[in-house]
Amino acid sequence: MASKDNTTVTLNANAPSPPPPPIGSVWRDGVWRNNAGLVQLLGLCPMLAVTTTLAYGIGLGIATTLVLVLSNLLVSLTRTITASFLRIPVYVLLIASLVTAIDILLHAYLFELHRVLGLFVPLIVTNCAIIARAEAFASRQPVGHSMVDGLAHGIGFTLVLMVLGFARELIGAGTIFAGMDSLFGAAASGWAVSVHSGFLLLILPPGAFLALGMLLALRNVWTARDARRSEATASRAESVA
Amino acid sequence: MRGSGIMSIGVFAGMALFAAMMLNKMQYGYSERIAANERAWEMRQIREILSDTNYDNDVFTDLIYVENDTPDAQLLGKDDNPYICRARLKNQAQAAVLQVTAEDGYSGPIRLLVGINADGTLTGVRIASHRETPGLGDKIEAKNTDWILQFDGRSLSNPDVESWAVRKDGGEFDQITGATVSPRAVVKAVKNALTYFETNRDVIFARPADPERSAGDDEN
Repeated sequence: MASKDNTTVTLNANAPSPPPPPIGSVWRDGVWRNNAGLVQLLGLCPMLAVTTTLAYGIGLGIATTLVLVLSNLLVSLTRTITASFLRIPVYVLLIASLVTAIDILLHAYLFELHRVLGLFVPLIVTNCAIIARAEAFASRQPVGHSMVDGLAHGIGFTLVLMVLGFARELIGAGTIFAGMDSLFGAAASGWAVSVHSGFLLLILPPGAFLALGMLLALRNVWTARDARRSEATASRAESVA
Repeated sequence: MRGSGIMSIGVFAGMALFAAMMLNKMQYGYSERIAANERAWEMRQIREILSDTNYDNDVFTDLIYVENDTPDAQLLGKDDNPYICRARLKNQAQAAVLQVTAEDGYSGPIRLLVGINADGTLTGVRIASHRETPGLGDKIEAKNTDWILQFDGRSLSNPDVESWAVRKDGGEFDQITGATVSPRAVVKAVKNALTYFETNRDVIFARPADPERSAGDDEN
């Protein structure tokens, strides 16, 4: 690549490479501060469609995290040979090929898992969180940082899916841990607990929006309180000075 | 700048070509393995359906394909040449497992395996593949709920033909809260399979086994 350095500048004019942020802040951004589901509101289509149970939430979360890490890896690897005006088609090409390849490999080697996740893998193509990470991070950061960024955002997204899935399953279907055996093997088949008969609305699509709305409200309350608190300490420090 | 533009389009075209070739190679390279997986999984379902049946033959090779232009074949759905496995004990017909497609699922066809005793009662029904809504329509699968087990032991006279429908439609079968379309499709497909079996029973058990066909042309 070194010999191509002079072309790299013109090719990637729109994406200057700032020094990579510290790994700790990459983690915090992905999991909480800039969470794909709760802050950026990306990936709503698969997120709302699939989170009817905790088990499905975990399933989609694992599949999405895997794709995020690998797509960030590929985008970061090819960032110096990608012209900025062509970057979106390149991301689309990379992500679509990656998802297709993962689908075929799962189908061939992890058939049982594919019967569960197979439903979600094609949905991942519609998850704009993945292209967003490619554009915002992987296209201008080194490979290691990009993979950590993908992992952090994947974990953050998975946590939201798990909370949504758990809440909708508990309220909507009245069960806890239903269908976990499809992810964790026969040992998990005894985990399912039925609590009540269920309030169907939460399982249906409107319930997905309601549950997400509640979750967003909770996070806003949390961050508002945090902000007030840090403001208070700041003004106290000022008055002391 | 212009030169680099053309060059980067070349690079992009190269990447696209490489991706297409890789995926094509993978698709073909793994198709046999995937078909074998599907088949093994379907065999396990068939074994489950026949778990209470006494038989001593190899049901997976004692199978026939139903040609689409034979009488009543449309009762088994639009699938190309659905198969029927025969279970026998000392050459006596015991049961048959029919591959049936319900075309009217909520999101695409539902493929079923319907096991029927020689006397016309059901040994069991399993879902081979479907694309119903997770958390709602997918409760038709045995791994999610016991719903599919309510067919065990039923026949065209139990309940009588008019009652072969979900309760909402005045029939005798439970529906699933929040999902009526999928159970309705399955009940109808099972009833159709029983009807097909009733009129074609002798042919089903008398026909010599067909040589195995590759499952590669199956859509799922």
